[in-house]
Amino acid sequence: MSDLESFRSATRDWLEANCPASMRLPEREEDMIGGGTRQVYRNPDAKVWLDKMAGRGWTAPAWPTEYGGGGLSSAEHGILQDEMMNIGARTPISGMGFSMIGPTLLDYGTEEQKQTHLPKIVSGEIRWCQGYSEPGAGSDLASLQTRCEDRGDFFQVNGQKIWTSGAQYADWIFTLVRTDPKASKHDGISFVLIDMAQEAVSVKPIKLISGNSPFCETFFDNARCEKFNLVGQLNRGWTVGKRLLQHERSSISGLSGGGRRGRYDALGQLPEIAKQYIGEVNGRIDSPALREDVLINQMNQRAFSLTQRRSMEESQSGGTPTFATSLFKYFGSELGKKRLEIQLELMGTQSLGWDRQSFDDLESALTRTWLRSKAGTIAGGSSEIQLNIIAKRVLGLPD
Amino acid sequence: MPLVLNEEQNMLKDAAKDFCKNNMPISQMRKLRDDKSEAGFDRDTWAQMVELGWAGITIPEDFGGLGFGYTGMGVVMEECGRTLACSPLFATAALGAGCILHGGNDEQKNELLPKVASGELLLALALEETPHHSPYGAEMAVEQAGGSYVVSGSKKFVLDGHVANKIIVVARSSGKAGDRDGLTLVLVDSGADGVGVTRTIMADSRNAANIEFSKVQGELLGEEGKGADVLDQVLDIGRILLSSEMLGGLQECFERTVEYLKVREQFGVPIGSFQALKHRAAQMFCEVELSKSVVLEALSALDESSDDVAELSSLAKARLNDTYNLVSSEGVQMHGGIGMTDEYEIGFFMKRSRVCEHALGNSAFHRDRYGVLQGY
Repeated sequence: MSDLESFRSATRDWLEANCPASMRLPEREEDMIGGGTRQVYRNPDAKVWLDKMAGRGWTAPAWPTEYGGGGLSSAEHGILQDEMMNIGARTPISGMGFSMIGPTLLDYGTEEQKQTHLPKIVSGEIRWCQGYSEPGAGSDLASLQTRCEDRGDFFQVNGQKIWTSGAQYADWIFTLVRTDPKASKHDGISFVLIDMAQEAVSVKPIKLISGNSPFCETFFDNARCEKFNLVGQLNRGWTVGKRLLQHERSSISGLSGGGRRGRYDALGQLPEIAKQYIGEVNGRIDSPALREDVLINQMNQRAFSLTQRRSMEESQSGGTPTFATSLFKYFGSELGKKRLEIQLELMGTQSLGWDRQSFDDLESALTRTWLRSKAGTIAGGSSEIQLNIIAKRVLGLPD
Repeated sequence: MPLVLNEEQNMLKDAAKDFCKNNMPISQMRKLRDDKSEAGFDRDTWAQMVELGWAGITIPEDFGGLGFGYTGMGVVMEECGRTLACSPLFATAALGAGCILHGGNDEQKNELLPKVASGELLLALALEETPHHSPYGAEMAVEQAGGSYVVSGSKKFVLDGHVANKIIVVARSSGKAGDRDGLTLVLVDSGADGVGVTRTIMADSRNAANIEFSKVQGELLGEEGKGADVLDQVLDIGRILLSSEMLGGLQECFERTVEYLKVREQFGVPIGSFQALKHRAAQMFCEVELSKSVVLEALSALDESSDDVAELSSLAKARLNDTYNLVSSEGVQMHGGIGMTDEYEIGFFMKRSRVCEHALGNSAFHRDRYGVLQGY
């Protein structure tokens, strides 16, 4: 048996023995675990599963073992994902620690930063959030104004961030701050890590169109940041910040794996929903127009998944995937948004209920997921920004 | 199934790129058109293509071919698509040879396939009877008389039917138009009594033919009444290889358009600096990348004879139809007035895209088929 084959069989056995039955059921949005000191484990199995996986470093399978990760090769990582998918195992934990700051620290962090922060992400002990956008700095992110001043022993931070997803549950925030107000826009920015467990940091949730409050405003009022938590060089934070955005965009488009199931699978598959709500004639969805919509979306989804796979294969075979991140962010988020619009068309008024008493779980989850999906083409660089990036960086079109 | 080319396939692609650029540039197609070439392709160039082994890429070595597989043929088709190369490669080596390989008996294979590989035999598939692709739509009758099969009726849009030495006719021995059962493939000589070929020059300056068959005697290819079993396979091969050609054409068209956006100036700046054009170019880029992936996956599926060839062929053909249509229409629009001139080459891609689109199924056909194959 080759090494990979024995890895596969050992992994399969271990998962079979250790993944609790309730962690093999389809995951709804509210079941997802983000970790951190404020995480409530309504289902105790979720904590058991997290601890077992974290114990092997398999919450961050590809990270080096010296920082608590699984140290798996990409082939082994793929096997782990396959085997988890085979039994329907849930991703034990996810969030910005795994998809954004972790990979960025592996790229740019000091040894001390990696030793301090990465193991606590792996174990689920600490949860992170992102302080990028400001009221006056959205798509034009580099115009950010949150100040960060050198106070000798430490940095002092003042200002306001907005759209800080999950800030009310987070323990730490990675943030872009202005350290040199006199320098040109991109040159006076630094990337710092701030402990949110201090009175000088406050968080105010923002109620969204979905009725939920996944986003917050985060205020810094003479907040303290230890000097060793500056990532990269002073005033060179834009470089670090851009790298993190690539990780973020990959994760929004679903490229970074972490469970290969589609983001909306818990809402069912469009063809089955169409048959259920519209009916069928001779095996075809009984509305040519809606059937065409479903087919276009499904076929685009398949072409998109193949392109994700091709990108991974090209990077493994030594070719440089020059097209990847912005394409996946743009196309993936637009595709997801369109999918939900089609699902609304298929389910009609049953998809637009607001009170949870008169509508079943899937229906009321859909209403909220649909509204929430609108953020997919805004957050992490809007679709328009992604198209600008493709035009400039990939196609070489002039400014 | 791999989505990257191996070293041999890459070498073949590079060689094909050079050959097409040097020996079959778009100017050759223009010259053939303007000279009213009888064949519609250059016979010397075809002889060189045969010399390179292209006519036999997918034909097994036992029958005189290279046995290099469909991905190999696909990369050659892709490069041919870039220069809008005129040749009987597709009609003969993809459709015609496919029918013989999948439908012929040993004797037919031994006799005919080496002749295809050596370039001495040109083939055509006579399938359509209406302006729309209809794999099982044949009404044309076939009757058995003595040892031979006799076909009568008319066929449309027979690709390269004006030059083929032999024609594979899809005829009906039982049932009615639309039935999958009852189709029979009959191989006839184009010079046989009762064959009347009318060349039809299409908008892309390539050729097809309307062919009348009046009690034409031919030989059976495959099993009587079971022609659809062969046809299904061959049409999927054809759709996937035509998609490969379209992939080459649309990439060339897209690259030329992006280049034009960088050099054409209006209002004192390159027009490619305008966001209205940038965003459309970036959206096309995404469609082009997705198109590459589906074509590679479909070619691999053919090489591995996997179960999902049929759905991947429809996935590929529908996507390539739409993307080539988009990229070539935008190519003309973004070139502005000069894009409307015959002198400039960008319009040729639009004409070719539409003919390809309707060959072997437009997008509506393939989306419907994909849905049926997926059970909805």
